[in-house]
Amino acid sequence: MKRRILWYVALLLGILFTANLFWGSVRIPFRSVFSILLGEEEKVTWTYIVLQTRLPQAITAMFAGASLAVAGLMLQTVFANPLAGPSILGIDSGASLGVALVMLLYGGSVGRITIGLPVSGYMAVITGAFAGAVFILGFIIFFSTFVRSNIMLLIIGIMMGYITSSAISLLNFFATAEGVFSYTMWGMGDFSGVSVSQLPLFCGLLLIGLLLALLLIKPLNALLLGERYAENLGVNVKRIRILLLVSTGLLTAVATAFCGPIAFIGLAVPHVARLLLGSSNHNLLLPLTLLCGAVTALLCNLISVLPGTAGVIPLNAITPVLGAPVIIYVIVNQRKIQYFH
Amino acid sequence: MEKNPVITASDLSIGYRTGRRTSIVHRHLSFQLYSGELTCLLGSNGAGKSTLLRTLSASQPPLAGELMLENKPLNAYSEKERSRRIGMVLTDKTMAGGLKVEELVALGRQPHTGFFGRLHAQDHALIAEALEAVGIAHKAQSYTAELSDGERQKAMIAKALVQECPVILLDEPTAFLDVVSRTEVFGLLHRLAMEQNKAILLSTHNVEQALVLADKLWLLSAENGLQCGVTEDLILHRRMDTLFNRSDICFDYAHGVYYPIVNGQKKIVVESDDETLLHWTVNALNRRHYACVQPSPENVSLPSLQAVAPDRLILNQSGKTSSCSSFEELLSVLPNG
Repeated sequence: MKRRILWYVALLLGILFTANLFWGSVRIPFRSVFSILLGEEEKVTWTYIVLQTRLPQAITAMFAGASLAVAGLMLQTVFANPLAGPSILGIDSGASLGVALVMLLYGGSVGRITIGLPVSGYMAVITGAFAGAVFILGFIIFFSTFVRSNIMLLIIGIMMGYITSSAISLLNFFATAEGVFSYTMWGMGDFSGVSVSQLPLFCGLLLIGLLLALLLIKPLNALLLGERYAENLGVNVKRIRILLLVSTGLLTAVATAFCGPIAFIGLAVPHVARLLLGSSNHNLLLPLTLLCGAVTALLCNLISVLPGTAGVIPLNAITPVLGAPVIIYVIVNQRKIQYFH
Repeated sequence: MEKNPVITASDLSIGYRTGRRTSIVHRHLSFQLYSGELTCLLGSNGAGKSTLLRTLSASQPPLAGELMLENKPLNAYSEKERSRRIGMVLTDKTMAGGLKVEELVALGRQPHTGFFGRLHAQDHALIAEALEAVGIAHKAQSYTAELSDGERQKAMIAKALVQECPVILLDEPTAFLDVVSRTEVFGLLHRLAMEQNKAILLSTHNVEQALVLADKLWLLSAENGLQCGVTEDLILHRRMDTLFNRSDICFDYAHGVYYPIVNGQKKIVVESDDETLLHWTVNALNRRHYACVQPSPENVSLPSLQAVAPDRLILNQSGKTSSCSSFEELLSVLPNG
């Protein structure tokens, strides 16, 4: 019965993925998209758009959404706090700081704005984001070796976020207008930042993170009872916590580096999955969260091209509209929702 | 029945070690925990009950001395081996409300299942058996969030059962429970100790219940360390008073309860042939700060109360005799002590 939900969501994922290929800001007849996908001759620009833009963008959205949602779920379980998310630990503000450093000090750029800029600038941004995220993650892991309480760790994460934000403000203050503009654009979130040549690296790194998450399903279930119970069930809590942080760190860092800090997917999607499934058992919850994350990201990507040729709506203008009501619903109905108790 | 200790401690020191600082909570503790017995650990708040339980569950290492589990030092076991020998029930807040009761209990199989935690037919059979044993089989498909506090505690006990450990440690399992659930949980644990030959140790503040159902008592206090023994031996050797080092609290050995000592200024002679009636009459008078004394020649000048029946309480003060038909009436005519 519950497994069926997984299949429905997988079906929805397929539909949305296909929709993302057929529908974009440039109108291309369905028949032409078909023949392009079948490898037949079509207009060169159309072929380019479908194979070099829409396809990698849909794949990027799928992977980034799945990764952020799974990272959010793991953080909510390990911190025993349903309102935890990837941004809460300061991991994505760490990534933002890295990006800010590169963009604002060296004038690098990312995403659509990179067109015409040297590739090295682009890679510098990615490296900056990754370094920033890993740096903050290292700090969190360092603290986690002697701060036993998860709430304390969560607060340390939030404080780190504040410190990085203040550093970013300072950088913004001294940066050129151009630098501030491109940093702001990156901050709006966008799935088009991954080119076909970068796709294997992007997907490969995220796959490692997702695989690690799938391997942690058993200890994640034990952690639902709290750390002392988990310990009593034979879970090496310290080691598992580090593995969980490495996995969430990798997922968040890579997704944020390439796509910008995307709000709410990590926070809201695990709740949608739990409500759909009616269970906190990670055996099905984790795969379902993964699928729901991918579905949500593809949906957001589809919405972002709604204005057609007029331009693309930034992702971070869409995700909060979808995510915030979920969180409000969950909080308002807290007493009725089983997994809060 | 031949009984073997499952856990043996000799000259054990327990406490905390943080960095270079060591704070010892107790030293020179020696005890044995036997299978087939329900042992209750009593002690005031801060006496070190939780520290002792944490040491026994290897959550914190002993600071000195020897702690053996089945003839092997406790810290020589790997986490996995230990999780198959010591099951715990805690009062920690969990996030398991979104799990079905059956799934919650299934978590207890984790030490026995493989890498992905897949459950086999025998696991399911054990889970069903455990739910039956604790009496919540009909709730197997309910969410844990829907359980009452008592049922939730029973579910956690079922979790410990499917862990198939010879030892079960429970940290105040009846802390938030009403009288009925408390009695049920105690009865259940006693039955499990007997029927499944488990060594069950629980810490509790629930003295009355412990005195009724504990096979052994462990009395832990800062002043007297740990005193172990069969419940009745400890009671009849007047050990219960040593539990709290307070001059204003006293143990009533006849009724098995702690009560505050009355420092009444006024004395009153109380007589009754009915033991129950006498007990409650003294109770009422103590509350009014009267010190009750036995009838004797030197007490003839004191006021006296003769409790014949609950509706016939004859009060004799300053030569005046009045008969009261209820305690309400008695207390209204009696001046404050």
